[in-house]
Amino acid sequence: MSKRENIRIPVSQQPFTVIQPEDTTTIGGTVSVQINEKKISVPLGMTILEACRQNQIHIPTLCHHPDLCIAGVCRICVVDVEGMRTLQTACSFPITTPIKIHTSTPMVRKARRHIIDLLLSEHYGECYSCFRNGNCELQSLAKEYGVDGYTFGHIDKPRYKVDHSSAAVVRDMSKCILCKRCVRTCIDLQEVGVLEAINRGHDTHIGTFLDKPLADVICINCGQCINRCPTAALRANDPSDEIWEAIDNPKKHVIIQTAPSPRAAIGEEFGIEAGHSFTGELNTALRRIGFDKVFDTNFTADLTIMEEGTELLNRLRKVIIDNDSSVKLPQFTSCSPGWIKFIEHFYPEYLDYLSTAKSPQQMFGALMKTFYAKQAGIDPADIVTVALMPCSAKKFECNRPEMKASGFKDIDYGLTTREMAKMIREAGIYLPEMPKSNFDEPFGDASGAGLIFGATGGVMEAALRTVYEIVTGREVPFKNLAIEPCRGFAGVKQASVKLDGCVEQYNFLEGVELKFVVAHGTANAKKVMEMLRKGELSDVHFVEIMACPGGCLGGGGQPIPTNAEIRRKRAQAIYAEDESLPVRKSHENPHIKYIYENFLTEGPCGKLSHKLLHTHYTKRGKFIS
Amino acid sequence: MKSNVETKKRSGPVVFSEYQRSEGIKKALQLGRENILFELKISGLKGRGGAGFPTATKWMLTAAANANKKFIVCNADEGEPGTFKDRVLLLEYPELVFDGIVIAGFTIGAASGIIYLRGEYEYMLQPLEDYLAEMRKDNLLGKNILGKENFNFDISIRLGSGAYVCGEETALIESLEGFRGEPRNRPPYPVDTGYLGYPTVVNNVETLASVSHIVLKGGEWFKKHGTSKSTGSKLFSVSGDCEKPGVYELPWGIKIKELLEIVEAKNTKAVQVGGASGTCIAKSQFDRILGYEDAATGGSIIIFNENRDMLKVLKNFMEFFIEESCGQCTPCRIGNIKLMEGIIKIENGDFTFSYINNLKELGKTMQVASKCGLGQSSPNSFISILENFSEEILHTNGKGKENVKA
Repeated sequence: MSKRENIRIPVSQQPFTVIQPEDTTTIGGTVSVQINEKKISVPLGMTILEACRQNQIHIPTLCHHPDLCIAGVCRICVVDVEGMRTLQTACSFPITTPIKIHTSTPMVRKARRHIIDLLLSEHYGECYSCFRNGNCELQSLAKEYGVDGYTFGHIDKPRYKVDHSSAAVVRDMSKCILCKRCVRTCIDLQEVGVLEAINRGHDTHIGTFLDKPLADVICINCGQCINRCPTAALRANDPSDEIWEAIDNPKKHVIIQTAPSPRAAIGEEFGIEAGHSFTGELNTALRRIGFDKVFDTNFTADLTIMEEGTELLNRLRKVIIDNDSSVKLPQFTSCSPGWIKFIEHFYPEYLDYLSTAKSPQQMFGALMKTFYAKQAGIDPADIVTVALMPCSAKKFECNRPEMKASGFKDIDYGLTTREMAKMIREAGIYLPEMPKSNFDEPFGDASGAGLIFGATGGVMEAALRTVYEIVTGREVPFKNLAIEPCRGFAGVKQASVKLDGCVEQYNFLEGVELKFVVAHGTANAKKVMEMLRKGELSDVHFVEIMACPGGCLGGGGQPIPTNAEIRRKRAQAIYAEDESLPVRKSHENPHIKYIYENFLTEGPCGKLSHKLLHTHYTKRGKFIS
Repeated sequence: MKSNVETKKRSGPVVFSEYQRSEGIKKALQLGRENILFELKISGLKGRGGAGFPTATKWMLTAAANANKKFIVCNADEGEPGTFKDRVLLLEYPELVFDGIVIAGFTIGAASGIIYLRGEYEYMLQPLEDYLAEMRKDNLLGKNILGKENFNFDISIRLGSGAYVCGEETALIESLEGFRGEPRNRPPYPVDTGYLGYPTVVNNVETLASVSHIVLKGGEWFKKHGTSKSTGSKLFSVSGDCEKPGVYELPWGIKIKELLEIVEAKNTKAVQVGGASGTCIAKSQFDRILGYEDAATGGSIIIFNENRDMLKVLKNFMEFFIEESCGQCTPCRIGNIKLMEGIIKIENGDFTFSYINNLKELGKTMQVASKCGLGQSSPNSFISILENFSEEILHTNGKGKENVKA
């Protein structure tokens, strides 16, 4: 594992891994090209950028992002292609003929330097007063090209007002360099389409419909735009000042719950390569910061499985036995707040398909300010609940007016992984060096099922581990409880498990092929919803949807940068930790059993559960006044 | 329309030479695709919009492309400051343009042609639609045109919305598709991936008008005019300080000073060849010829006499580019602003020569690193005016003289 000195390598300087097509001959053969005297053979249609990176030739990029379509707008990646009058952008130029490429001619170097100078002249602010200091692609380019002054001046007043309207995303367009990554993220990757370029020429800026505040448009708060912003133009709404204030107030009992994904990624904020979990170290760091209790969100993830799983069984019973046509199937998961806002805006007529179960974050808050407050003898008014989440939409979710089942705001603050890392650094702590410690009881013991909520397909896998066993009395028939059809990063996954040998209570399910669908990223969610609209999901029972590509581990609050490789490594870390845990099924979590015996005594989906742990949704629609 | 036809008094060697409606189409159907391409190739016709890409090559690439749909788009987004020749062609010689589009459609195998008409030319929409209706009536458009089995072709007119950049062919296509008028990455080129992803030929109005003549009268006839590298003739839109501004058809290869004589320009200090995106030529270079090999132009000739302040001229051009840049790529979006800042500093006499040289270097970067022709050509006037008139602008211009630093 890397040492402390190993600070983050800026994206533009990171080695780039190109996934080789399995068989290049099937896509049209190869072309011989010459890059800086080096003769190489590349698959037909490969871009100059890919060809260079594959051959360890560094080309700077800015508007290019591996998750997104090509823009070719920043022009920083220009190279000289022999025979062409102008320089060509390496990111967009497909190699189809044998060409000669020069990546570092005087003209190329000068052009790149000019482009950096131009961007800097319009980029408001100074690096030392910027939260992306040290992790900014423009800054690292300036360093790479030895910028030591503002050749073409530097803007001294912000051109745009900062938009603080959204609970989740803050937009500071004075720092925007118009790479349009956010636009491509919003339109192409997520298919939400809130952001687009407005006006032209020097007046071009990224804006919303009629330049309305972000809170007033159909933004789903997923924060994927933040993850792909190369500068500080987009950031999450940071509540850390308020949290410090609560921590420093001796009257306040400040509780933090940590979700599974941040612990699998927070190391990246401290210069550690992706794919290492820091669960124990994080617990210690949080206590040293001054949180009174450190609990595990996975506990309520287990609770979610109990509630949502029971809800599914109830729906199946009503449909199969009672022929109740008012009950909708398939049941859709409801733990991703970005997905919830997406369906509220884009498919408001299908809200009945959503599970009414709150997300694990919100269930936690409701329990803290009721059950826990009573047990610990603390006035719930003095409890401050903080949720460490990989997510920016959680900030919106905890501010939903309906999320006050306990009589108080269930969760006071949603904190992203990045903001948590900042607080840890502010406290003078270097996370990777922390000794490990456990979560606090009684909400510290969670199953591996709760943990894998962080990866796409995780909720489905966790639910199947429990539902299958409740219905049949046997473990799911997958080796090592790893339900492989749920795993991996395919956009939409479909599979089924046959229920047989059912216990008496569930013999109405005997022989039923339990069909499920898993999708991640709202573009894929849209595909699934269109399938539903066309009636293609009529035989499906359960659908898991996560708003972010890769699921929560690729969430909008996670460390920057993100790409497919990083998401894959985070998923590996999560699945490895699941395998290492003693309890891997939600219903076997002893504390879950305890809470149903001593507090939610009517069991899952009982009256008290409904009051505290379930919610309702708002038909928002796409038309905003 | 009628009234225009009656006032038709123009004459010229090629474009304004004799031509009757549908003659070109009839000849084209007779010749067949191969021969049309052959004649075009012989003619050496190059794109008349300014870029000068060989028309035959463009058509051949599209004709050879394997696709079930192809398009021919006529670029009538005449937006270059100082050009107004396409307006004359469309109003007075629609037969040349529309016949050219039909010939193109026949040759490349397109079933539909689109005219992208400049937003400001909305007043032409009705007369042009009327003309199309007549063509349909006479089976110059529609099914089995002039009895040619399976040659089905029609033309529609689409209006732009006033953006200069939409004259750039890929921005034009984006605009046609209903998106922001922003140039695309090239390659792929429109001949391969154009309108709606199909192979598309985008030709200037004048190019298509020339095609009608070439098909009728032959490539060799066309080639007789002009120079070896710039065949045929060109419509020049002449404006500025002269007695006889207007549209002239003159053979390529004519010297600037000859043109100035024809239009009766006196005491000329400078000629802006190619509009705002072209280059500014000083008196000492008036022996230069107009043609792709020397001073290329899409037709715009703007004449400045000795009373003109060249810095003001330059400032006017830069204002135009700042307004019209699509804002997509860095060099053009910010570069033009920086050049303008330089102009203002020169106006105020608050500059150093090293700063001006930096800006000229920036201009050169813009020429090679901008995404499309707009940003690639917007520094042309800056560079050429500052170079050709440095004495006037940097050394003797008002306050500049006193305050200039070494």
